[in-house]
Amino acid sequence: MAIDVEEVATGASPNSARVIHVTVNGVTHRSKVDARLLLVHYLRERLRLTGTHIGCDTAHCGACTVLVDGIPAKSCNLLAVMVDGRSVQTVEGLEAGGKLHPVQEGFTKEHGLQCGYCTPGMMMASVALLAKNPNPTEDEIRRGISGNLCRCTGYVNIVKAIQYAGKKMQEAPKGGA
Amino acid sequence: MAEATPIPGGIGQSIGRKEDARFIRGKGNYVDDVNLPGMLFMDVVRSPYAHAKITGLRKDAALKVPGVLAVITGADLAAAKLAWMPTLMSDTQMVLPTDTVMFQGQEVAAVVGVDRYAAADGVAAVEVDYEPLPVVVDPFKALQPDAPVLRTDKGKKDNHIWHWEVGDKAGTEAALKASAVVVTEKLYIPRIHVSSIETCGCVASVDVSGKLTVWMTTQAPHAIRTVFALVSGLPENNIRIISPDIGGGFGGKVPVYPGYVIAVVAALTTGKPVKWIEDRTGNLTADSFARDYHIEAEIGADKNGKVTALRVKTLADHGYTDAAANPSKFPAGLFHIITGSYPFSKAFVEVDAAYTNKPPGGIAYRCSFRVTEAVFAIERLMDNLAHKMNLDPAELRMRNFIPPEAFPYTSALGWTYDSGNYAGALKKAMDTIGYDALRKEQAEKRKRGELMGIGISSFTEIVGAGPSKTFDILGIKMFDSAEVRIHPTGKVIARFGTKSQGQGHETTYAQILAEELGIPVDGISVEEGDTDTAPYGLGTYASRSTPTAGAAAAVAARKIREKGAKIAAHLLEVSPNDIEWKDHKFQVKGVPEKSKTMADVAFAAYTNHPQGMEAGLEAVDYYDPPNMTYPFGSYICVVDIDKETGQVKVRRFVAIDDCGTIINPMIVDGQIHGGLTMGFAPAMLEEIPYDEQGNSRAPSFLEYLLPTAVETPKWETGKTVTPSPHHPLGAKGVGESATVGAPAAIANAVIDALQPYGVTNIDIPISAHKVWRAIHGADAH
Repeated sequence: MAIDVEEVATGASPNSARVIHVTVNGVTHRSKVDARLLLVHYLRERLRLTGTHIGCDTAHCGACTVLVDGIPAKSCNLLAVMVDGRSVQTVEGLEAGGKLHPVQEGFTKEHGLQCGYCTPGMMMASVALLAKNPNPTEDEIRRGISGNLCRCTGYVNIVKAIQYAGKKMQEAPKGGA
Repeated sequence: MAEATPIPGGIGQSIGRKEDARFIRGKGNYVDDVNLPGMLFMDVVRSPYAHAKITGLRKDAALKVPGVLAVITGADLAAAKLAWMPTLMSDTQMVLPTDTVMFQGQEVAAVVGVDRYAAADGVAAVEVDYEPLPVVVDPFKALQPDAPVLRTDKGKKDNHIWHWEVGDKAGTEAALKASAVVVTEKLYIPRIHVSSIETCGCVASVDVSGKLTVWMTTQAPHAIRTVFALVSGLPENNIRIISPDIGGGFGGKVPVYPGYVIAVVAALTTGKPVKWIEDRTGNLTADSFARDYHIEAEIGADKNGKVTALRVKTLADHGYTDAAANPSKFPAGLFHIITGSYPFSKAFVEVDAAYTNKPPGGIAYRCSFRVTEAVFAIERLMDNLAHKMNLDPAELRMRNFIPPEAFPYTSALGWTYDSGNYAGALKKAMDTIGYDALRKEQAEKRKRGELMGIGISSFTEIVGAGPSKTFDILGIKMFDSAEVRIHPTGKVIARFGTKSQGQGHETTYAQILAEELGIPVDGISVEEGDTDTAPYGLGTYASRSTPTAGAAAAVAARKIREKGAKIAAHLLEVSPNDIEWKDHKFQVKGVPEKSKTMADVAFAAYTNHPQGMEAGLEAVDYYDPPNMTYPFGSYICVVDIDKETGQVKVRRFVAIDDCGTIINPMIVDGQIHGGLTMGFAPAMLEEIPYDEQGNSRAPSFLEYLLPTAVETPKWETGKTVTPSPHHPLGAKGVGESATVGAPAAIANAVIDALQPYGVTNIDIPISAHKVWRAIHGADAH
């Protein structure tokens, strides 16, 4: 496991800086951050993991969804200091060893994305949903992604993408990411 | 003769999208992902008042905030003559105010800091003194003689912006009088907002040579560059607009917003790159709204239900400036498509526009040019006519449809529809949903006092703007373009004047070129959105990309084939007249075994071209469409209503669409799913209302309700194919069709369910409360 040290807090916050240790996609980072730095900005601007997006600032749209210790969380409403000692997975952590995660595969095969902006958050929510419920019904899928807004797809093909991924993960429970 | 082998990825194939590879890995490149060395961040101070005089604005405290570098005000911009800018409709709008704010959420000042936190701290520290002024939010009240006049800066004496009319006023009046039946309805189509999940923003950067580069959330980069050049005086060759990946547009990313201009000023004054990313509240309170049309419509019919005449009077609320994004000659957009799918012999439409203390707009919500408003009105009225005459709404439509043999058909208001088979689409929708059985079920339920409704919408769309003789934006003709280069190994790089925001142009255009050039789609790359490299075009909105730039791709490819035939003739040692393009190859006529592929010809174009011929294999086309295209469809919606709560549940929704030739069926279906959802949303959930003080009552997603996967109905889609006779591929465009067609089907289903109560209208969005009141009486609480 690599250690990546980042010392300098950017910004001009009057708030005190804290040192956090956070594992992101399997890599542990020791970072000095302002206490008020949002997790989404830490991921996007400090670690340059720009796949996690910002859509509403109020935890409604879900574009910023990441997994914190496996639980889906809206990173625009968490402070970076709140994940100190925890493990975060972002969209960049889905593909493993050059092999797409079944959810990524499902989204492209079933045309579950158009502009791509909600997609990373939607896929992280889908990963969490399938981890809890490997064989969800359509209504369970729709409820499971109801914290994520998509303006392009009308959700039809997102549902199919998750069904595709669920099936694929059941066929090869040890495969994939 | 055997069928030709299809070219991999050619027209009609549901291939996977080229753009997905980066999006599913989180490797898209959206504006907020752009990160330049030394980049600063800009944030915006917004007005809490809907109408107020600014009596003081102090920067001092903000400038003392650590990390804040600059505060930009209207006075600063006025010194550079940039406090005001033109709108696309030749009105004027403030970049930043010098003395008066006109709506809540308006940009008042901008703060530039070392990062977004510093800029936000600075925004909180800017001190502004306001003296509230009387507020006008109701456009009817705005036109009263005692209303406060808002645009005194323009020397206005009232709040009336313009009057526009079309049609035969006297003839329509007479025809309505002579009609056996007339139905009239007042319909309000409220303010809504596209709310793409990515908000607007930009990164502006000036290099040492003075060249300005702006990465920008724009659907129309070339038009923006020209506007920037005209407003700023910078030479156009020193302005580069890059529209990178765009997180949804739907028309909301067509206008020039003040934030873009201020960020450019900030970059020019600080000499550093400046990023501005709007927050959601800024997006919902200041960016262009859609709709806000108060429509009064009437249609007449003879005793058999054959329509005779249509008359429409509309008041349009434009906010404090007319910043709509319509073609210049059409202040009310293409609203006069309102005769719809029916052969009205007489029609008259008038629209008046008013200023109010609300944000400007009148732009798109997945339909830029007021077609949704038109379709909603005519389709709602057709159902009301059916109810009044005790006719089945499907039967009434079947009696009236313009028949397939009448095309090209010129409407009473002057549009020439290219092709259509309206009865065919409705019949297919009825068969798919099992219409007769549903009507039977409804009759039985009515006997038991249960509420079930069936609503139809048989819409005619008008897209593909447009023919240059009538269509321009700020004088720039609405052609669009394709530049196609085939490189020596037979691989293609093609560039376009449009800009995808999720529609999948990288795939669709490549499929058109694959088909036309006989080159497998994997060997074709599509680029858009960089004004330094792409040919000039007017951008992507109003379902114009396939009708214009898609056509340009086909025409450019055919130009290449003309040259290619000469090279093939040279290689095959025959006369060019003996070469034909067949089965995706150049063949000697009658000798199919003597042939050359496009790749053979491309290699020769650089290595062995005929003496006297220019080397290379490429073409550019600026396509000026001869006519608009007229997609259409028939939608049927079934709702069940809970009498006790007024809750409406969409049980089924069948959408039969006809967009002519289909390039990629998977993508077209995706467009329709999304469009239907953006038709459902304003019909059932979304509205941005204002209180009497001009406070927005939907400034965040807490109040502005985008449908989630739970509310969204399970769409059932189907197609008919009636090609456009004038488009090179027969394609018509599809992006906005479903948003145009869906709201009326849903509203009609609800009104149909409420027939036992004699209800003729419930304004959208149809909340449970409104339905409950319709059932229990308007006075009920």
